[in-house]
Amino acid sequence: MVGGFGLCGTPFTLIDAIIEQPAIRNLTIISNNLGEPGKGLGLLLLSGQIKKAVGSYFTSNRDAVKAWKRGTLEIELYPQGTFVEAIRAGGAGIAAFYVKTGVGTELAKGREERIFNSERNILIEAIRAKAALIKAAKADALGNLIYSKSARNFNPAMATAADVVIAEVDEIVPAGSFDPEQVVTPHNFVDYLVISRYWKEGGVYVKNT
Amino acid sequence: MSKTLDPKKRIASRIAEELKPGMVVNLGVGIPTLIPEFLQQGNGVFLHSENGMLGMGPPPPPEELDMDCISASKHPVTLEPGAAIFSSSDSFGMIRGGHIDVVVLGALQISEKGEIANWAVPGTDILGVGGAMDLVPGAKKIIAAMTHTAKDGSPKLVRELAYPTTGIQCAKLVVTELAVFSINGESMLLEELAEGTTIDELRAVTDARFHVSTALKTWHDGN
Repeated sequence: MVGGFGLCGTPFTLIDAIIEQPAIRNLTIISNNLGEPGKGLGLLLLSGQIKKAVGSYFTSNRDAVKAWKRGTLEIELYPQGTFVEAIRAGGAGIAAFYVKTGVGTELAKGREERIFNSERNILIEAIRAKAALIKAAKADALGNLIYSKSARNFNPAMATAADVVIAEVDEIVPAGSFDPEQVVTPHNFVDYLVISRYWKEGGVYVKNT
Repeated sequence: MSKTLDPKKRIASRIAEELKPGMVVNLGVGIPTLIPEFLQQGNGVFLHSENGMLGMGPPPPPEELDMDCISASKHPVTLEPGAAIFSSSDSFGMIRGGHIDVVVLGALQISEKGEIANWAVPGTDILGVGGAMDLVPGAKKIIAAMTHTAKDGSPKLVRELAYPTTGIQCAKLVVTELAVFSINGESMLLEELAEGTTIDELRAVTDARFHVSTALKTWHDGN
């Protein structure tokens, strides 16, 4: 499970760390996109370590489309809101839920349908992962996390829905530095903190070499 | 037809007139992203972006670029005073829970009942759906923004969808560069016709059947 929307809120350093370990293969990546061509998860795709992608929008990475056509990449597609809700449910101890999104479409094929409040709904099972790689702006030493603007996106939900959660952060501050009202992801969801090797230059993340 | 605006901008400018102060509005990709340039400053419309923002503002000047602050189309944006940031999970809860007043979507086809096809073309790769299927059942009102015909000249307003549907819920208003139609779930009503276009000319490029409003208006650019 990997956070981020496109390249926004993506744990670039953690993705690089997987690429540095070519023995790690046949990964199922649960993420909204597979980054962009040659960037973020797009790099991990090019390194041949991804077997399957589960998310909502893979057409923005032409390499993903090519790999799917070649038959080297499996894809499981969800509407974006159903995708994140399945992850939220996975983190909140909910096995499955009914939702009206996608009813009557190709993505509803094979799913159980029930009517609630006169509306058709389909059954979606929760999604969990062995590991979640997420990106936050700041952590305190306990692992409480706060995010930066729209780089929050899928990260807080993913922080709840994996056996091991690794957060890449720009900065670690002493425990107690955050106003408790501002904490978005409480520390008990987070297992490991890694300082990012990337920093923002002119508003764009670049590798700090 | 007036030549003052290109077709996509005409559509965007007409839809901007539908957006009123206090409304919470989600703009889909494509033509809807052109709408903000036709909203008056201080218009009071709250733009929602499904990646987790309410109160999305225009693109920043280059020196204030921040790729942590992007729209659902992944373009850099700013935050208006009073804006709020939230997770994707809260954002789609907002959409499904009926807290968005108007969703403006681009479309590949609209049926005469208002059914929407905007995510996949038969015979091509279907590897992305994004938020379209969430926005369609969630919004209080859906406005479809599309050119009247496809690039090959074929009608996009059709009797029945040939492309896969985005959901069973329907558009209430369709705006093309030639006309404005309201749809009540059963049939389409022509409400406005672009200046210089006749009803016969419109029917020639429209596969869907429609009624003509007794109060049909002529649509001039810039009104």
